[in-house]
Amino acid sequence: MELFQILDEGGQLVGEPPAIDDATLVEMLRLMLLGRRIDQKAISLQRRGKLGTYAPLSGQEAASVGSVFALDRESDWVVPQYREQLAMLHHGLPLSTYLLQRMGHPQGSELPKDGTLYPQQVALGAHLPQAVGLAWGLRLQGRPGVVLAYFGDGASSEGDFHEACNLAGVRKAPVIFCCQNNGWAISVPWHLQSGSPSVAARGAGYGMPGVRVDGNDVLAMYASTSEARRRGLGGDGPTLIEAVTTRLGAHTTADDPTRYVPADQVEQEKARDPITRFRTWMTATGRWDDDAHAQADRWCDEQIERAVAEFDSTPRPDPVTLFDNVYADEPVRLLRQRAAFVADRESR
Amino acid sequence: MAVLSMVEAIRSTLEAEMARDERVIVLGEDVGKSGGVFRATDKLQERFGSERVVDTPVSEAAIIGASIGLATAGLVPVPELQFLGFAHQAWHQIGFQLARFRYRTNARFTTPVTIRAPYGGGVRAPELHSDAFESMLVHSPGLKVVAPGSAADAKGLLATAIRDPDPVFYLEPLKGYRLVRDEVPDGEYLVEFGKVRVARAGDDVTVVAWSGMVGIAEEAAAAAEAEGISVEVLDLRTLMPLDVDGLAESVARTGRAVVVQEAPLTAGFAAEVVATIAEEAFVHLEAPISRVSGYDTPIPMPQLEDYYIPDAHRVLAAIRAAVNF
Repeated sequence: MELFQILDEGGQLVGEPPAIDDATLVEMLRLMLLGRRIDQKAISLQRRGKLGTYAPLSGQEAASVGSVFALDRESDWVVPQYREQLAMLHHGLPLSTYLLQRMGHPQGSELPKDGTLYPQQVALGAHLPQAVGLAWGLRLQGRPGVVLAYFGDGASSEGDFHEACNLAGVRKAPVIFCCQNNGWAISVPWHLQSGSPSVAARGAGYGMPGVRVDGNDVLAMYASTSEARRRGLGGDGPTLIEAVTTRLGAHTTADDPTRYVPADQVEQEKARDPITRFRTWMTATGRWDDDAHAQADRWCDEQIERAVAEFDSTPRPDPVTLFDNVYADEPVRLLRQRAAFVADRESR
Repeated sequence: MAVLSMVEAIRSTLEAEMARDERVIVLGEDVGKSGGVFRATDKLQERFGSERVVDTPVSEAAIIGASIGLATAGLVPVPELQFLGFAHQAWHQIGFQLARFRYRTNARFTTPVTIRAPYGGGVRAPELHSDAFESMLVHSPGLKVVAPGSAADAKGLLATAIRDPDPVFYLEPLKGYRLVRDEVPDGEYLVEFGKVRVARAGDDVTVVAWSGMVGIAEEAAAAAEAEGISVEVLDLRTLMPLDVDGLAESVARTGRAVVVQEAPLTAGFAAEVVATIAEEAFVHLEAPISRVSGYDTPIPMPQLEDYYIPDAHRVLAAIRAAVNF
């Protein structure tokens, strides 16, 4: 299947760039740079025992940023898996909340009130039927909006992926299935995950377009997501986008990719770095220079410093909060367990 | 008051709830045109249209997963699983996603989904259709589990379930759909969760049951009365929340308890009821608490299922043993 590209690997235009104003383009590059910096900080916090397992996003910045910027945050929803830090931040999640989540703090489960962001999913594919229901529900109520659901190539082997695509096709749900295909399900390469050459090819089987996009080309991601959004809003139903991307680091901090990723592949993938590509084009078109870059660096510093300060100053959770939010209408027996728990804590 | 079968009580309650609240939608396999394989959704599509009574693909995980999404979009989904056995194909969506959605989002989202499914055996359904695995459901924090044993409760508990902010798994006794018939109150009728129903009052022994086993317990109680034994039959109505105080109060009075369930013996919900009684009413016990149960085998092929599912004869034997201890 053809790979849709607007910027080639050298940062040269090979297609029509989408209409995005300059300020937004700058914002997009800045968020991509922040992603790389969040990885560095989070991995360092994890190594020092201050953060739990972390899934780095390096290499996939364009796939997240290009797609999420095509949405209207007021009405369009994001249903993320766990490597969409940038999409979640753009959709209103504070970075400190994200870090608390990675630390296993219940405050990390907070989502923007009245926002359009779903919780990040860690059970692969389980969020996809939910995204379909959400999109279908918006349509049933005559509300505007599409749902952008992220997942990886690994999740595309789950039964929930199939059931979700199938139902979305039938109900014409305005959902965008955005598969970030980085070629690896932890250590299992694509050719051992599927006999199909692409994820996008499966779209035809569900009665929806499947497009194969260079996921490291932020402009191509923006353009293809915008098109999918137009289809969704126009009543034409779902779209499957396969963002062909690269995982430059490990699956998570618990993983050692040197055991399975060939060394030459690492070098090849570095040449596809989505940030370098976008920055080259931004610089060549006069939208970016060393000053802008230094300014963006300072902005990233501020974001990270503020988030880490909030993270550091958040007290450990009150143990009794483990009982919170199980039910809206709490059963008597659970109330009694809570009381017994409190008595036990006080007896120590 | 009108005498209704359980399935008619369910059907008319769905209709009334859909008329009351336009956010309520029904979805599932064959629920639309066909009206459901047991006719529990008969004529609903005719009245409310195919956008509110939705025939879905054969896709249990998507039916429940999409219900979560629909609920977060502001609707009140009432999905039907055609048989409880098929719930396993949606198990992750039920036990881990739906049940925990509120917990996982610090209450940003609540998911008022009521899953309906026929429960248990006794109608010669093909294999893998007739299981009773309510203990798995109860063991999923965040979920409420409802198991009516009468047509009146089928109405009152279903209406309460649909209006409950939390997700509810609503079990319908397969054999009782047409067999169970009783007087059902007209108009608005809600039954509070977590309160046992005294199906029959008595003094000598308490028999605890739910869903299809309530009728069996009543049958055994009538036979025991002929032998001069006064039996109290408690219908649990809801397994989660469990009416701990209602159980304790009855057994404290009778001093004896028999728990009846259709599921396999080991780690079934009856074990939870036995443990609860032992904790709450130990000093009042005059005899060991006993269980009458399915066996630790899969539910057998239809020609053998009547030997597996507890009947009044076995319950009566347990009642006699408790009284004669």
